[in-house]
Amino acid sequence: MSEFMQAFSALRDARRYSDIINLLPYARFMGATLGEDAEGSLLFTLPYHPRHVGNTALPALHGGLIGGFLENAALIHLMWNRDSLETPKIVDFSLDYLRPGRPQTLFARCTITRQGKRVAHVLIEAWQDSPENPVAVARAHFLLATNQ
Amino acid sequence: MSGGANPGLLESLSRLFVSLPHSLALGLSYLGCDAERRVTLRVDWREDLVGNPVTGVIHGGVITSLVDTSSATAVAAQLDRAEAIATLDLRIDYLKAAQPGRAIFCRAECYRLAHQVAFTRAVCFHDTPDDPIAHGVATFMRESSPMPMSGEEAVR
Repeated sequence: MSEFMQAFSALRDARRYSDIINLLPYARFMGATLGEDAEGSLLFTLPYHPRHVGNTALPALHGGLIGGFLENAALIHLMWNRDSLETPKIVDFSLDYLRPGRPQTLFARCTITRQGKRVAHVLIEAWQDSPENPVAVARAHFLLATNQ
Repeated sequence: MSGGANPGLLESLSRLFVSLPHSLALGLSYLGCDAERRVTLRVDWREDLVGNPVTGVIHGGVITSLVDTSSATAVAAQLDRAEAIATLDLRIDYLKAAQPGRAIFCRAECYRLAHQVAFTRAVCFHDTPDDPIAHGVATFMRESSPMPMSGEEAVR
C-alpha cells in the first residue's frame, strides 16, 4: 500500500480528473488531461504546446514526448482500473511510430490486455484526426506487486 | 571529445537535437562522442519531471525522451552527410528505479547503419554504464523527409 495510491484512489472515486494530473508532476508538465469518452473509457488528451516540438522543419511532435504521454496514459489507465493500493511499476515499454505527430492535439486510449497476479499488459493507441489513423501504438508491462 | 564519421555534421546535429523545443523543455545536454562513436547525453533531475511525488523518482517518459534523443545523436555520429531521420520504434527496459535528485546520463551507439534503417542501443545510468537504470533499443528510418531537420544547422 502506498500513500500515492491512496491519494489516487480517492481522486478517482470522486472523478477529480484534473487533480489526478496534478498528482503527477510530469503529466502536469506535459499539459496532459484526462476524461471519459461516451463509452465510459478513459480518454487522454495532450493539447498542442510549442515546447512539444521535436522537429522544427516539418514541424512534428517530439517522439520522446509521444512516448512519455503514452507511458503516462498506460500507468493512469491501469491504476484507474485496479482496486489494489500498490503502485504498478513499469517493466518495459515498446513504442511504434506510425506517422509524424502534427502540431495539434494528441489523443490516447488504453486497453488492459491481461492482468495477472504479478504482471499487467497494457496496449496504448495515439491519434490526432481519427483513431483509424494512429500516430503511434505502444504496449507496456507493469509489475503489480512490488513490495515483496 | 569530438568525433563521428563527420565531426562537423555530428557537432551541428548534436547541437540541433538538444536545442529542439522539447529537448530544451526537459533540459537535455550533449556531453560528447567517444572513439567508438558512442555519444553521451544528460538530463538533470527536476521536481516537475517526477513521476511519483511520494518517491521523487523521475518519470519514465523523461527517460524515453532522453533515449530517443541520444539514439538519434548516435545515428548522427555514423552519418557522412546530412539527412533527416525519424524514429521508427523504440523499446525501453526499466532495470531499476532512478534515484531522486540525481542527473541521468545516456550513452547510445548506432551499431548498424543500413541503407534505409539505422539500429541503435542505449544505456541510462547515474554513475557508470556498468550499473544501468534503463536499456533502450531503437530503429530509425533514414532519409525520412526531403527536408533537412533544421533550416540551417543540419545542412553540411
